[in-house]
Amino acid sequence: MEIVACPDCDLLQSIPPLPPGGKARCARCSETLAIERVDALDRPLALTVAAAVAFVVANTTPLLGLSAVGREASTTIMGGAYEMWLQGSELTAVMVAFCAVIAPAAHIAFLLTVLLAVRRPPAPRWVGEMLRSAHLLQPWSMTEVMMLGILVALVKLAELATVIPGIGIYAAGAFIALLSAVLVTFDSREVWKRVEWAVGTPPERAAGEAALQGDR
Amino acid sequence: MSAAAPDAAARSVDHAPPALEHAQSAAQAGLVACRVCRLLSRPARLANPGNCPRCGARLASRRPHSIQYTWALVIAAAICYVPANVLPVLTTTAFGSTESDTIMGGVIFLWVSGSWPLALIVFVASVMIPLGKLVALAYLLVTTQRGSVRNSHHRTRIYYVVELVGRWSMLDVFVDAFIVALVQLQPLMSVEPGLGVAFFMTVVVLTMLAAQSFDPRLIWDAGDDKDLRHA
Repeated sequence: MEIVACPDCDLLQSIPPLPPGGKARCARCSETLAIERVDALDRPLALTVAAAVAFVVANTTPLLGLSAVGREASTTIMGGAYEMWLQGSELTAVMVAFCAVIAPAAHIAFLLTVLLAVRRPPAPRWVGEMLRSAHLLQPWSMTEVMMLGILVALVKLAELATVIPGIGIYAAGAFIALLSAVLVTFDSREVWKRVEWAVGTPPERAAGEAALQGDR
Repeated sequence: MSAAAPDAAARSVDHAPPALEHAQSAAQAGLVACRVCRLLSRPARLANPGNCPRCGARLASRRPHSIQYTWALVIAAAICYVPANVLPVLTTTAFGSTESDTIMGGVIFLWVSGSWPLALIVFVASVMIPLGKLVALAYLLVTTQRGSVRNSHHRTRIYYVVELVGRWSMLDVFVDAFIVALVQLQPLMSVEPGLGVAFFMTVVVLTMLAAQSFDPRLIWDAGDDKDLRHA
């Protein structure tokens, strides 16, 4: 029986053993506390590797080409940020590079490292730090927002130019799909069970148990 | 093991919701949940809990100064919201003539040229979502500071939506970046980014940080115990 505090409303509660695919919701605010994932470590690893490959392809091959008034231009994702920099919007260029390339790259790399490191428990402590960094980066990994942005940009340009999709854009689409699959199958709780404790060894009785049983 | 066992069990899909009369929050029980690895620990003093024994992260019962930081970020974002919409985001130079567009200008262009679904998407992402986030965060801040106990469920939902939806307002920044990247066909046609983009991006970043700095558990603290208010 696992004792947790709901991260959204702080209510102390115990999570009963869950069937595969079963979900535990907070008794007070209904936010999801835990999901029992099937194949918690192998499946996300395979998906993360695939996502990493898709990401590399998406960034190294041309995303789109544009043909207009007899001239041609094409760009990669970094190319978009670079052009913003050249045009004087340095701050925006840095943020675009961060949200579209750096954050997703670091996020996937960290998840991959964590999943590989916990295959032989106990994993060293830095693995825990890396998982935390991955969680912090997640909201800043905005590849799907970028994709919609490209779509809107294409529509705006459709009248004056012919647009040629490159390999990069399909790879980016694959990356988004694979990343979503990773996030659905990844189970942080399983990872934390396999990480070495910072201070000594896990105690016999969890801190929450005493409180739930009325002791002080 | 004590005979009187106050307990609250998380609902799993097939169980009925349990009674909550004896339930308490971790803070009320003198426990702290690690914000990184979710481990519950009992610190010697709740005011200065030290580090998590499992992952070593700094423990804090609530996000420190959550209300102050969130207000500061919301106000800063609101200030940037005006230039973001007033200043031009793109300046197009085609065949010798120059034209500047603001965010709304881009929306109108899409609408007029027939792509009204995209016009709607850009309008929602660039105008409605940032404004909605600012209003929602201000509402959450005011109700939490007043110690309101009503509508806690709705307020938690609102917070959840703000967090989920916030990143989509980056849409226009990406649109502008890719237009600028592709339309560099001097001397016939070229596009330059305007100052509006930088301000707009700042609004998005600030509102995202504001949502992250607000601690949703504060919404429920007022109901748990009138004195347990962390500002």
